[in-house]
Amino acid sequence: MNTNLDIPVRSEGEIATVFASDYLNKISGEKIERECKRQIDAGCTTLVVNFKDTEIVNSIGVSILLGVIDAASNNGTEVIFSEVNEDTEQLFEMLGLTNHVKIQE
Amino acid sequence: MPTTQQQKLVHTFSALADIGQEVAHKNNFQEMIHTSLHLLLGSLAIMRGGVARYSRFGHELNFLAVRGLGDDFPLSASLEMSDEREFLNTGMSDIEISQAKMLAFFQRYQRILERKNIELIMPLIVRDELVGMVFLGEKASGEHFNSSDKAIIQAMARHIGVGIHQRNLMAELARRAEENRKLYEDMRMTYQDTVKAFATAIDCKDKYTEGHSVRVGKYSEIIAQELGWSDEEIEGVAVAGYLHDVGKLTVERNIINAPYRINAKESAELNKHPAVGFEILSPIHHPYTDVPLAAKYHHERLDGRGYPDGLKDNEIPYIAKIVNLADSFDAMTTDRPYKRRRPANEVIEDLRRNAGKQFAPELVTAFCNGMLKELTGESKNRQFRRLLGREYMEAEGIVPLLKQALNGMDATSSLTFVASH
Repeated sequence: MNTNLDIPVRSEGEIATVFASDYLNKISGEKIERECKRQIDAGCTTLVVNFKDTEIVNSIGVSILLGVIDAASNNGTEVIFSEVNEDTEQLFEMLGLTNHVKIQE
Repeated sequence: MPTTQQQKLVHTFSALADIGQEVAHKNNFQEMIHTSLHLLLGSLAIMRGGVARYSRFGHELNFLAVRGLGDDFPLSASLEMSDEREFLNTGMSDIEISQAKMLAFFQRYQRILERKNIELIMPLIVRDELVGMVFLGEKASGEHFNSSDKAIIQAMARHIGVGIHQRNLMAELARRAEENRKLYEDMRMTYQDTVKAFATAIDCKDKYTEGHSVRVGKYSEIIAQELGWSDEEIEGVAVAGYLHDVGKLTVERNIINAPYRINAKESAELNKHPAVGFEILSPIHHPYTDVPLAAKYHHERLDGRGYPDGLKDNEIPYIAKIVNLADSFDAMTTDRPYKRRRPANEVIEDLRRNAGKQFAPELVTAFCNGMLKELTGESKNRQFRRLLGREYMEAEGIVPLLKQALNGMDATSSLTFVASH
């Protein structure tokens, strides 16, 4: 695992996993968005955003994730959200993010 | 466990609260708009959108923040007057893109708006003024915007509109403040020019003392600089110097220009000029205080032997003491009809001897200091050299004499200064 601008990232072949921080707000969110876009541009076919440390995702966090989804969609990259807590998963479902990403344990 | 509906409400209301905070407290306008767009898109999971500010002068929308609209989206768009009227008529409510087709604006940008999946536009209207527009794309859920969504968007967009309006007001305020500053500067220059013109007019009456008022203004300025006064105070005392002899305009030219020591009657006539000067200057609203007082009392002495009122020390306005020193110095260092200018060493000795009698000691100290700094090169100013001539100023023995005068002067005798300034 390496870290880029405080964002932990793991690359295994064409799968890149970006680890979100405990609170997905503007400052941390924009770093994650930049890192995800960097991975997409680098040619990963599957982008995993890992939420194991994330307790809260606010509206800014949702907007950031939509940016990631949009960038992935334009590049044909699959997006997976992993280790999402129950509240956040419910939020993603309610808002329709799950139409665009897979949720994985 | 909250229901989905409850969770949705909490999510959107927290976004609404955040946007209110953002608009009220953020000093960085760009960042405020950027974050507000995040909050608006994230509250309802809208895939893309943008916030534009409207310029009434250019009839132009300029995008301040965009997300998901791609590099080919135009960052400015022009509006027709008819569009603006239509938006103002509609008020601050959403316009679905399918209903916007009659607008000239939509017809012009139809292709790009459709290609970017823009579904909703919301004019931002504050106090009957179009300040901007919000453009929103499709929801991540694929559902159409329902009435509840639109109410949330409207509430959030209202905050953004207020933020833009505030910014516009601040910019307008800054522009007007700058305009006022320039206007004030122009007026100040006009005032200064008028004062200098007056000084020249005063000096024209006296062929022997041509330039006297201007020099007294300059010397007064030097003293005030040495005292560490503010720029405005220095300007004020210079003006007082320029105008101190304005009362001479009413004195007969033959008395002023008499090539002999004038008699008692003529002297009484001449000695009216401070009071007349005060009368001339008093009705004028000067930007600086005490200019008329400087004219009235510039012939008073600390020991009470001056005129017109024989005031003593603290009774004499401080500005008048400065002008008195500057005036006396110029009188001693220029040729008069009945008297040649005195050498610099004699003048400095005269200043030292009369400190505490005619002149306030701390003013003599300040004046001599200014002169010494110029002669030793500590100051780059060449004001004394310009006013008195290089040869006169650089006469042998001046620097030691100035140092001696300064050492002999009680530097702490500035009670007068503290008490009356």
